[in-house]
Amino acid sequence: MAHAQGDYYIPNGTNWPILGSIGLTLILSGFAVLLNEIAAGKWMMILGALVFIYMLFGWFGTVIHESQAGTYNSQVDFSFRLGMGWFIFSEVMFFAVFFGVLFYARVLSVPWLAGEGDGVMTHAVLWSNFIGEWPLLNNPDPEMFKSPEGIIPAWGIPAINTVILLSSGVTVTLAHWALKEQKRSALQLWLLATVILGFLFVYLQAIEYIHAYKELNLTLGSGIYGSTFFMLTGFHGLHVTLGATMLVVILIRVFKGHFTPDNHFAFEAVAWYWHFVDVVWLGLFIFVYWI
Amino acid sequence: MLLRVLRYLPALLVGGLVLLVAQTAGADWGALNLPEGVTPISKKVYDLHMLILWICVVIAVIVFGAMFYSMYAHRKSRGAQPAQFHESTKVEVIWTIIPFLILVGMAIPATSTLVFMSDTENADLTIKITGHQWKWQYDYIDDGISFISSLTEESRNAIKGDPASVDNYLLDVDKPLVLPTNKKVRFLVTASDVIHSWWVPMLGQKQDAIPGFINEMWTRINEEGTYRGQCAELCGKDHGFMPVVVVAKNEADYQAWVNEQKGEAAAAAAAAEETWTQDELMAKGAKVYNTQCAACHGANGEGGIGKPIVGSAIATGPLAGHLDIIMKGKQGTAMAAYAAILNDVDIAAVTTYQRNSWGNAASPVQPADVKTAR
Amino acid sequence: MSTATATHNEHHDHGPEKGLMRWIRTTNHKDIGTLYLVFSLIMFFVGGSMAMVIRAELFQPGLQLVEPGFFNQLTTMHALVMVFGAVMPAFVGLANWLLPMMIGAPDMALPRMNNWSFWLLPFGFAMLIATFFMPGGAPAAGWTMYPPLIQQTGMALPFLIFTVHILGISSIMGAINIIATILNMRAPGMTLMKMPLFVWTWFITAYLLIAVMPVFAGAVTMLLTDKYFGTSFFNAAGGGDPVLFQHVFWFFGHPEVYIMILPAFGVISAIIPTFARKPLFGYSSMVYATASIAFLSFIVWAHHMFTVGMPLAGELYFMYATMMIAVPTGVKVFNWISTMWRGAMTFETPMLFAVAFVILFTIGGFSGLMMAITPVDFQYHDTYFIVAHFHYTLVTGSVFAIFAAVYYWLPKWTGRMYSEKLGKVHFWLSVIFVNVLFFPQHFLGLAGMPRRIPDYAVQFADWNMVSSIGGFAFGLSQLLFAYIVFTAVRGGEKATDRVWEGATGLEFELLPSPPPYHSFTVAPEVK
Ligand code: HEA
Ligand code: HEA
Ligand code: HEC
Ligand code: CUA
Ligand SMILES: [Cu+2]
Repeated sequence: MAHAQGDYYIPNGTNWPILGSIGLTLILSGFAVLLNEIAAGKWMMILGALVFIYMLFGWFGTVIHESQAGTYNSQVDFSFRLGMGWFIFSEVMFFAVFFGVLFYARVLSVPWLAGEGDGVMTHAVLWSNFIGEWPLLNNPDPEMFKSPEGIIPAWGIPAINTVILLSSGVTVTLAHWALKEQKRSALQLWLLATVILGFLFVYLQAIEYIHAYKELNLTLGSGIYGSTFFMLTGFHGLHVTLGATMLVVILIRVFKGHFTPDNHFAFEAVAWYWHFVDVVWLGLFIFVYWI
Repeated sequence: MLLRVLRYLPALLVGGLVLLVAQTAGADWGALNLPEGVTPISKKVYDLHMLILWICVVIAVIVFGAMFYSMYAHRKSRGAQPAQFHESTKVEVIWTIIPFLILVGMAIPATSTLVFMSDTENADLTIKITGHQWKWQYDYIDDGISFISSLTEESRNAIKGDPASVDNYLLDVDKPLVLPTNKKVRFLVTASDVIHSWWVPMLGQKQDAIPGFINEMWTRINEEGTYRGQCAELCGKDHGFMPVVVVAKNEADYQAWVNEQKGEAAAAAAAAEETWTQDELMAKGAKVYNTQCAACHGANGEGGIGKPIVGSAIATGPLAGHLDIIMKGKQGTAMAAYAAILNDVDIAAVTTYQRNSWGNAASPVQPADVKTAR
Repeated sequence: MSTATATHNEHHDHGPEKGLMRWIRTTNHKDIGTLYLVFSLIMFFVGGSMAMVIRAELFQPGLQLVEPGFFNQLTTMHALVMVFGAVMPAFVGLANWLLPMMIGAPDMALPRMNNWSFWLLPFGFAMLIATFFMPGGAPAAGWTMYPPLIQQTGMALPFLIFTVHILGISSIMGAINIIATILNMRAPGMTLMKMPLFVWTWFITAYLLIAVMPVFAGAVTMLLTDKYFGTSFFNAAGGGDPVLFQHVFWFFGHPEVYIMILPAFGVISAIIPTFARKPLFGYSSMVYATASIAFLSFIVWAHHMFTVGMPLAGELYFMYATMMIAVPTGVKVFNWISTMWRGAMTFETPMLFAVAFVILFTIGGFSGLMMAITPVDFQYHDTYFIVAHFHYTLVTGSVFAIFAAVYYWLPKWTGRMYSEKLGKVHFWLSVIFVNVLFFPQHFLGLAGMPRRIPDYAVQFADWNMVSSIGGFAFGLSQLLFAYIVFTAVRGGEKATDRVWEGATGLEFELLPSPPPYHSFTVAPEVK
C-alpha cells in the first residue's frame, strides 16, 4: 500500500485478449462439434489451438519484454502476486469439487445403495444384490457399468510418484535459493532436475493408466471408483504437465539470464504453482490410493 | 399540461390496477392461499405457514411503517435539517438479537413438524410410486396391484382446443391412485428415467422421485374425496402434463376396489393366455399407443422426441429386435423399458399396432410371444 | 463519451484509440466498464424477450404459441441469459467504472486481463445462443441443469457446458482483478475501513466468485464426462447419485444469488445517504453484515433440495443455517432505514429506485425466509411461489439497484444529466407493473401451480393473465429506460462535478464530470 502511484504501468491497447477469446472459442466449440460426431470439429480445434498458442507466445512475450525493460515497479509486481495467488486458490476450489464428490460417494451414496442409514428401502427394493465396499469392485448394475477387476495399490508406483513429486518440491526451492544467491549453475541444475522429475512423474502416471485400462478394466466407465479415480488423478496429471511445461519456459529464461535476485516474479509464480500441484498430490495419495 | 398529467400518473396507474385486479379475480379470493388440506401433516404445515406469514407481515408493517413515516416527516421539502448521527452499537446489538429470537421462535414448531413428517414407521399399507416420462406407476406392495396413471385423452385433446370445455383440465388421469381413509399409508417414491416429484397439495407433502434411489413419505387422509396434484420437478417436454389424482375411499369401498382390481388382474392374466385376432390387437394397441407412446413418437408415428415409427427399420424388421427395444428401452435416451410398465397383452397389442399402422406392414404379435421374450 | 481533460497529463496518459478498435483493444477501466454495461443491457433485452414469450404463452390455458419443448428451452435460456449475461456483467461493469475512481487509483490493477474478462463474454453467449438453431434445440432442463434430464439434451449439451467454462474463466479473472485492485491500488490514506460500501461489497463478492465459479465448472464437467466418457457420477447403476449434482450445483448456486445481490447492497448504501443528506448509519456493522452473509452463503446450499430425501439431520441443519441469513440481512435493512431517519430527503430517480429496492427486496427476503422453513417448503418447492420469491430478489432487487446505479452515476460518467421527468415516469411504470407481474405469482404458487410448465389448469387462469399483462407493461417500460440513457448520453444537460447536492466520495468530490480517461494518475491524499 501507499506506493507512489504516478508510475503504475497502464498498458496501451492490446490484441492478445481478443485473440485469446477467438482461440479458446474455436477450441471449445470445435470440441463440442467433435463430441457430436462431426469430424470437422477436429480442424476447428487445431486452428483454435494455433491461435491460442500464438496468443500465449505474444502475450507472455510482451510481458517478459516489458519486465526486462524495467516497466514494472514493485506495485505492479504485487498485483501480479495477488493475481497468481488467487488464481491458485480458484484451482484449489476446482479440485475441492472432485474431492467432495469422492467423499460423497464413499460416505453417502455407496453406503445408501448398500442399505445403510436412510438407504434401507433403496437397497431392498432396487439393489438387493449390491454389496457396499470401497474400493467398489462390484457396481450396483455390473451390466451397465462393468466392474473393475482390481485397483492400483498405494505402495507401488503411487508411492514412488509421491517421492518424486515431493523431491521436485525440494529441488525447486533449492533452485530458488540459488537464484537469490546468484549461483547460476546451481540454479540451472536444480531447475533442470525439477523439470526432469516432473516429466518422470507424468511418465510413470501414464504407465499406471495403461496398466489400469489394459489389465484391470479400471476405466472412466467402470463405476464410481473409476470415475473419481481418473477424474482426480487425471486433472492432477494435466496440471503437472502444465506446471512442468511452465518450468521449461522458466528454464529457458534462466539460460537467457532473465532473472535477478530481486526481480523474478515469473519464477516464483511457477514455483508456487508447482507446490500447489504437490499438495494436491498428497491429498490424492492419501484419499484416493491409500485409505 | 403534460407535466400535470404526469403528476397524477402514479395515482392513475394504481387506480387502474386495483380495478383490473378486482375485475379479473373477483370470483375466487379463496384460491389465494395454501390449502389447509385433509391430513395431519397438511394441517400442521398450514398452521406453520400462517404463523410465519403473519410474523413476516407484522415485521413488515413495523419496518415499512418506520420507513414511510421517515420519508414523510424527514423530507427536505418540509424543511427537515439532516441530523448527523451515524452509529450506535446499542441499537445494532438490539436489532441483531431480536430477529434472532424471532427466528428461534419459528424454528421450534418447524422442527417438531419436520420430525412428525419424517416418521414413516408402522404404516398400514405400502405403495411404491414410480415416475416415468410422463406418467405415474403405482404398485400396491401388499396386494400385488400395479397400474399406470396418465393424463386423460380428453385433457390432452383440449390442449390445443378449448381447455375450459373439460372438467379438471390437466388435472385428471385415466386411473387414479385409490387409498383408504384413516390409514397410515407409506409411499416409496422412485423413478425410472429422470427426476420427477410427486405432489398433492391437499396431502401437504411433496417428494422427489430419484432414479436409482427410494424416498419415503407417509400420509393419513381424514376425509373421503378426490385430491389432485401434479408432477413438480421439471422432467422434460410433458412435465406439465403429468397429473396425480388420489381418490380416498372409506374402508369398505376401498376393499371392494381392491377386490375388483385383483379380479381384473386375473382376467388380464387369462387374456394373455389366449390367441388374439389382428383386429382385437390393433384396437387395443391404438389405445395403448395413444396414451403411452404418442407423446414422443407422434400420433401418426411421425416421430418427435422419439424416432419415427413410420418406416422404422426396427418396427418393420424382425420381431425380436422390435420387442427388445420396447421391453428393455434404450439407455441414455428417453425410451424407457416397458417390460415393467405394461403387461403382456398391452405390449403385444402396441407392437402389433406399430407394425401395422401408417403404412407399416409386418407380422402381428401374440401375448405369448411377449411372455417368452420376458 | 468525451474524455481526458488537460489537468491530468502524465507521461503515459494517452487518450483512447479511434474507431471500433478502441473497444476491442482497450485496457481502460472506463471503456471496459462501458462495454460491460452495454453488453448487459443487450442481454437484458434478449432475456426479457424470452420472458415475454413465456408470459404470452401463459396468458391463458392451453397451448397457443410454442410447443412444450421449446417453452422449456425458453425458460432455461431466459434464466441463463439474465443471470450470467445481464445481472452479473452489469455489476462487473459498475465495478470497472467505479472502483478505481472510488479508491483513488489510475485504473484496474491488471488492465490487459480486464479486457480479456470482458471479451470472453460475447463469445460465450454467441455459443450459447447458437444452440437454439441446433438439432434438438437449446438446453431445456432449466438453468439448474439437473441430470439425468439434462443428458437428454441434443447437440446443445457440450456447447452449454463449454459456455459455462468460458463464463467461469471470465468471472474468475474479473474477480481476481477486483481483489488485486482493492488490495493494491488504494490511494494513500484510503484504509480498508474508509472504503465506500460499494467497494466493500464488491471485494467480498469477488471472493465468492473465485470460490464458487470453479465449483460450477467442475459440476458441468462431470455432466460432460457422464454423457460422453462413460463416468457414473450421477448414475446409481455405477454407484453415483443424481442428487450429488444438485449438491455441487447449489454449492455454487446459492453463493451465486448473493453474488447478484451484495453489489446491489453496495449501490443502495451509496445512494440512500446522498439523498438523505446524512452519513450512512452503522458503516462498520454493514461491513460485518456483508461478510456474514457471504460466509453463511457457503453453508446453506441444500435449502434448494429439501424435497430430495435428505436425512432428517441434514434437513434440520440446512433449515437453521438458512434462517440465520435473515439476521445480517435485517441489519442492513435497519441501517438503511436509520440512515433515512431524520435526514433531509429528496426523491430523485436513483433514490426512488433505492427506496423501492428496500421495500421490495425485503418482501422477497420474507418469502425466502418462509421457504427456509423446511416443512412448509415441501408445499412451496417448485411452484410459482418460488418464481415470485426470486424475481422479487433479482428484478426488484438486483435489477432495480442497477437502474438506481445508472441514474446515480451516469451524470458523473458522461457529464450529462438524464431527464429527471422521464426517469420518474420510468420508475413509476416499473414499480407498479413489476408488482402486477410478480405479486400474483405468490397466489399462483400457493394455490398449487408448479413452475416450468407451459400450460396450466383452468383455476390458475385469472392470475396468470394479470401477471402477463403486468409483464408486457413492465417490459415495454424498459424501452423507456434505453431511451432515457441514450438521449442523456447524446445531449443531456451538463452535469455539475458534484452532480448531487449530498453526494460524497472521491469520484464526486475530486473528479470532474466526466472524469479524465485515467482517473487518478496522481494519487489523491485521503484524510
Ligand atoms: C438475489 C437473489 C436472491 C436472494 C438475495 C435470496 C435470498 C434468500 N433466499 Fe432465495 N432464491 C433465489 C434468489 C435469491 N434468494 C433464486 C434464484 C432461487 C431459485 C433457484 C431455482 O430453483 O431456480 C431461490 C430459492 C430459494 C429457496 C429454495 C426454494 C425451493 O426451491 O424450494 C430458499 C429456501 O430456503 C430460499 C431462501 C432464501 C433466503 C432465506 C434468503 C435470505 O437471504 C433473505 C433474507 C432477507 C430477509 C429475511 C428480509 C430482511 C430482513 C429483515 C427485515 C429482518 C427481520 C426479519 C425476520 C426476523 C424474519 N431461496
Ligand atoms: C436476473 C435474473 C432474472 C430477471 C431480470 C428476470 C426477469 C423476468 N422474468 Fe425470469 N427467471 C429467472 C431470472 C430472471 N428473470 C430465473 C433464474 C428463472 C428460473 C428458470 C428456471 O426455471 O430454470 C426465471 C423464470 C421465469 C419464469 C418462470 C418460467 C417457468 O417456470 O416456466 C417467468 C414467468 O413468468 C419469468 C418471467 C420474467 C419476466 C416477465 C421478467 C421481466 O422482468 C423481464 C423484463 C424485460 C424485458 C421485457 C426486456 C426489455 C423489453 C423489450 C425487449 C421490448 C419488447 C417488449 C415487449 C414486446 C412487451 N421468469
Ligand atoms: C419419453 C419418450 C418416449 C416414449 C413415451 C416412448 N418412446 Fe419409443 N423411443 C424414444 C426415443 C428417444 C427413441 C430413440 C432411441 C434411440 O436413440 O435409438 C425411441 C425408439 C423407439 C423405437 C425404435 C425406433 C427406431 O427405428 O429406432 C421403438 C420401436 C419404440 N421407441 C417404441 C415405443 C413404444 C411402443 C412406446 C410406448 C409403449 C414408446 N416407444 C414410448 C422415446 C420414447
Ligand atoms: Cu414428471 Cu415433471
Ligand atoms: Cu439459496
